Amino acid sequence: MDRLESYECRDLNLKATELRLGLLGSDERESKSGSGVTKSHKRAFPETAEDCISSTNSSRTPDTDRNGELQDCTPPAKAQVVGWPPVRSYRKNNLQQTRKISSDHHHHGNGGGMYVKVSMDGAPYLRKIDLSVHRRYPELLQALENMFMVSIGQYSESEGYSGSDYAPTYEDKDGDWMLLGDVPWEMFSSTCKRMRIMRSSEAKGLGCQ
Amino acid sequence: MRENRAEVTCGAGDYHTPGADQVLENVLENVLHFITSRRDRNAVSLVCKSWYRAEAHTRSELFVGNCYAVSPRRATERFRGINSVVLKGKPRFADFGLMPLNWGAHSAPWLTSFGAAYPWLEKIHLKRMSIKDEDLAHIARSFPSFKELTLVCCYGFGARGLAILASKCRQLRVLDLIEDEVNDDDVDWISCFPENVTCLESLSFDCVERPIDFCALERLVARSPNLKKLRLNQFVTIAQLYRLMVRAPQLTHLGTGAFSPSDNLAQDGEEPDYRAAFAACKSLVCLSGFREIVSEYLPAIYPVCCNLTSLNFSYANINSEELKSVVCRCRNLQTLWVLDTVRDEGLKAVAATCKDLIELRVFPIDAREDCEGLVSEVGLTAIAEGCRKLQSILYFCQRMTNAAVITMSKNCPDLVVFRLCIMGRHRPDHVTNEPMDEGFGAIVMNCKKLTRLAVSGLLTDKAFGYIGKFGKLVRTLSVAFSGDSDIALKYVLEGCFSLQKLEIMDSPFGDSALLAGVHHYYNMRFLWMSTCRVTLQGCRATAQALPGMVVEVFTSGSSAVRDDDEYVNILYMYRSLDGPRNDVPNCVRIL
Repeated sequence: MDRLESYECRDLNLKATELRLGLLGSDERESKSGSGVTKSHKRAFPETAEDCISSTNSSRTPDTDRNGELQDCTPPAKAQVVGWPPVRSYRKNNLQQTRKISSDHHHHGNGGGMYVKVSMDGAPYLRKIDLSVHRRYPELLQALENMFMVSIGQYSESEGYSGSDYAPTYEDKDGDWMLLGDVPWEMFSSTCKRMRIMRSSEAKGLGCQ
Repeated sequence: MRENRAEVTCGAGDYHTPGADQVLENVLENVLHFITSRRDRNAVSLVCKSWYRAEAHTRSELFVGNCYAVSPRRATERFRGINSVVLKGKPRFADFGLMPLNWGAHSAPWLTSFGAAYPWLEKIHLKRMSIKDEDLAHIARSFPSFKELTLVCCYGFGARGLAILASKCRQLRVLDLIEDEVNDDDVDWISCFPENVTCLESLSFDCVERPIDFCALERLVARSPNLKKLRLNQFVTIAQLYRLMVRAPQLTHLGTGAFSPSDNLAQDGEEPDYRAAFAACKSLVCLSGFREIVSEYLPAIYPVCCNLTSLNFSYANINSEELKSVVCRCRNLQTLWVLDTVRDEGLKAVAATCKDLIELRVFPIDAREDCEGLVSEVGLTAIAEGCRKLQSILYFCQRMTNAAVITMSKNCPDLVVFRLCIMGRHRPDHVTNEPMDEGFGAIVMNCKKLTRLAVSGLLTDKAFGYIGKFGKLVRTLSVAFSGDSDIALKYVLEGCFSLQKLEIMDSPFGDSALLAGVHHYYNMRFLWMSTCRVTLQGCRATAQALPGMVVEVFTSGSSAVRDDDEYVNILYMYRSLDGPRNDVPNCVRIL
């Protein structure tokens, strides 16, 4: 994966909405002139509006309206910049579990994220990923690829994940391990308890109906 | 542990008889035993060779603020009598996902050296380091007198390692796991503690994200008469908490776990008298936990409120009324951590009662830029007006005014730590639409004891002019999305001569600013610049000018910085006595 992948974490770009997976090709990004001057993108696709990020910051001239730049792209909710706001991942992850049981209280702007743990065979670290920021499998797979610095390959119903050493799987609420992509997204995101990126050799028996 | 006296030489340049010299060193060593502050000890060691030796013999705690600043060998050769170690690894911005996962900060080389040099080692404290199960096993094997392990923001280990530690370290007094990432393995480590009475004084496992065997825990608490601090994870229900509390009324620090009933609501019998359990803990001074709080249970803690000095509600989604009901009874509170769900109203209640408040942290329940602001300048002003003894504040908000910050600077002259995070990037004062320069300027001007500052909001170079001019004691400065040009960073590097840790993200500072600090970098622990405008040439020039610095460049992903990148994604630079480290992953370049 090339260096542009480092921007993947910061700028969810058009690629995130395309169905194809795999290595990044030449990029349609407007400006490669250093992350300090990346401009915000105007999005053509309404369903990807929320992926738009104005990662503007420092390229301000005296007559530039700072607020104007930020409002250049008008999404319902901005995607997040990596590292900002500076709240520890541990705290962010665990706040999602904070819940109110008593009936007379509302959630005050709780992001309502759905964090599930992800492990990868061979990696010593457990990570967590927020399923609620993704809308479909390609985005999730891209995020997993970024997170574990691995290529997961293409999904096909008949063959599972060919073309890579790994296959993403998840444990559903019945305790069964399934291949990612076997069920519709909504069913997956509501039943997924945790994920594991397995070596392809071990995943052979799963989900290949 | 004292080194064999016979090894001490008379040293070159002595004109006194060896006997008298020896007496002087003995006397000095006896005196030095009383000096515990590492800054004082560093000063002592600089007086002359004799004092250097005496200090090295008598130092018992080793503090290494950057594990790559010195090699384990050098440290263990100088200090021969260490029984307690503090080691820190990754810089703070690693917590926010900005560093590659495999960057480094491995504890193994250090632990191996310690195993050979300090077999009597009793305490280990690690922060932001990688420690594996094998390393925990190594600790258990190598240090028969081992007593205290504290791991803060560490990762790489799991219950397997904890089990080995628990079962082999028979003198273990402290096992504190604080905000670590603990591997998800299925070992019942709680059952591994010794079967007879334990020495445990402190057990904190709130970050362990698996249920533990509760019956084993209950038995452990019952056979740990010295247990004073117990911090449970969110899998301990309030009914289980009750059972533990009645076995340990001597507790001083309690992390309450979920503070809610289990999901399985089948109760066998009526609910216990939680309030009585709290009332029985007459020594309780510190409460935390409340991880899945059901606020109906809050009144149970009322009996201990008047004695509380520290209260951590930062995982508790409570509103202003609920907070008020608690803090109005907490006259002696010194430390308070809350979520912004308590709103400005909640902070007003704090200001009304907690006149001795020293530290306040307000965390966001929703850490995004564009959500509803739950706390604002109103809350900050209330705190400023009510809590005059405040020394440390961390405040997340969506909007702020200069006036509120100026008020705090005038009302709280004892401020040592001021960290304001206006989550919306580049937000000006929302009333005047001015930059936040004057507010932060007032803080550095009026708070003469300030050593730590974090800035945010819309800031021009002027703010940094103030910081450089007045922030003479500032040791740690955190900057994000601020400043207009290089001159801002130059102001800081030229003016803040106490600066030790400088972390900058997403600000328009380039090579010219970077090179302006060359006179000062050897005095610093580190410089971090991410997503700024420094180039590879600039970093190389710095590395060449400062051979004692290790200049690392990398990205937050898995790929390395390329020669044709216009700007370096992340620059992390630190002084080192032993040159570049030998465990660099492929994605990190050392210049």
